[in-house]
Amino acid sequence: MQRKSLDLWVGIFVLLGAAALMFLALKAGNMSSLSFEQTYSVITKFDNIGGLKPRAPVKSAGVVVGRVADIRFDDKSYQAVVTLHLESSYKFPKDSSAKILTAGLLGEQYIGLEPGGDTNNLVAGDRIKMTQSAVVLENLISQFLYSKAAEGSGGEK
Amino acid sequence: MILDTVASLGRLVLETVGRVGYAARIFFALLGASVGLIRRPRLITDQIHFIGNYSLVIISVSGLFVGFVLGWQGYYILNRYGSEQALGVMVALSLTRELGPVVTALLFAGRAGTSLTAEIGLMKAGEQLSAMEMMAINPLQRVVAPRFWAGVISMPVLAAIFSAVGVIGGYIIGVRLIGVDEGAFWSQMQAGVDLWEDIANGVIKSVVFGFAVTFIALFQGYEAQPTPEGVARATTRTVVISSLTVLWLDFLLTALMFS
Repeated sequence: MQRKSLDLWVGIFVLLGAAALMFLALKAGNMSSLSFEQTYSVITKFDNIGGLKPRAPVKSAGVVVGRVADIRFDDKSYQAVVTLHLESSYKFPKDSSAKILTAGLLGEQYIGLEPGGDTNNLVAGDRIKMTQSAVVLENLISQFLYSKAAEGSGGEK
Repeated sequence: MILDTVASLGRLVLETVGRVGYAARIFFALLGASVGLIRRPRLITDQIHFIGNYSLVIISVSGLFVGFVLGWQGYYILNRYGSEQALGVMVALSLTRELGPVVTALLFAGRAGTSLTAEIGLMKAGEQLSAMEMMAINPLQRVVAPRFWAGVISMPVLAAIFSAVGVIGGYIIGVRLIGVDEGAFWSQMQAGVDLWEDIANGVIKSVVFGFAVTFIALFQGYEAQPTPEGVARATTRTVVISSLTVLWLDFLLTALMFS
C-alpha cells in the first residue's frame, strides 16, 4: 500500500475514535450542562448536610442556578460550611434562604434557594443566614416509632 | 513418590515465577527501546493501520449488536418496574463503564492479539529476529516496540467507538423500534452519565487493557517455540492469558474506581 494512503487511513481511524469520544461526552455525558459562565461564591452553614455532595445542583424555582463547590466542617461552630458557586447572571436578595432538598423520594440531594425580600443582593463572599438542614430518614423513622409508642402506652393508661 | 510430586509442583511454581520475572524484564527493555522510536514514528503509524483499522469492522459491528441486545433486554427488565424511561442511562452506563473497555479488549485480544503473536512467532521461527541481532539492529526496537505502542494507542480508540456505536444501537432498538420516549432517553442519559466518573474511567480502563493485551500478545510471540506447533500454542496462550488478565484487571479497576 502507498505510504500516503496508509497515513490517510490511520488518520481516519484516529479521527473516528475522537468523534466517538466527543459523541459520548456531549450526547451521552453531562458535559453540555457544564457551564463555563462566570460565578460568584456564597457561603452557607448547615447543621446537617445529609447526603449532599460537591457538584450537586443549586436550584431556585426548580431551575439550576449554580453548583455546590466545596463542603467543609467548622470545628468552632460544629456546623458544615458549604460553598456555593452561583451563576453571575442570577442575583439573589441578601436574606434568601437555603434548604437541602431531595430530588424525588430517594434521589440525589440538592440545595434549594428561596429569595427573600431584601433590596440589596448577595455579592461574592457573602453568607446566607437562613438555612434548613437535610431531612435525615433515620431521625424521621425514630420520631415516628417513638410517637407511635407514646400513643400506644398513652392509650392503654 | 510423594516427594516427586511435591518436587515437580515446586518446579512448576518456580518456572512460572521465573517466567513472570522474565516478562517484566522484557517489558522494561521494551520501554527502554521505545525511546529511540521517536525518530521513526512511521513504524508506529504503519502498525496502527494493521492493528486498529483492520479491527474496526469487528469492533463496530459487535458494538452495534451489543447495543441492540442491551436495549432490548434492558427494556424488558425495566418495564417490569415501570422505569423504562431509564433505558438510555442504563445502556450508556453499562457501555461506558464496563462493556466498552472489556468486550473491546476481549475482541482485540482475539483479533489483533493473535495476529501479533503469530507474526512475531513466525519471525522468530524464520530466524528473522536473530538475523536482525546479527546486523546490530535491536529487534525489540524495530519490530516489537512499534507494535506495542500501536496496540496501546488503538485500544482506547476502539473502545470509544464500541461504546458510541453501542449507545446508537440501544437508541435504535429502544426509541425507534420499541417506542421509549426519545426525550426521556437522551435527557436521563445526560443527567446520569458523568464525563469524569464514567467516560474518563472507561477510557483509563481501555488504556490499561491495551497495555496488558498488547504486551501479552507480543511476549507470547517473542517467547514462542520456533516451530509451527509452538506458534499455534503461543496464539492460544495469548487469547487465554490476555482474556483472564483483562477480566482480572477489570475487577481490580472497578473496585478502585467505583468504590
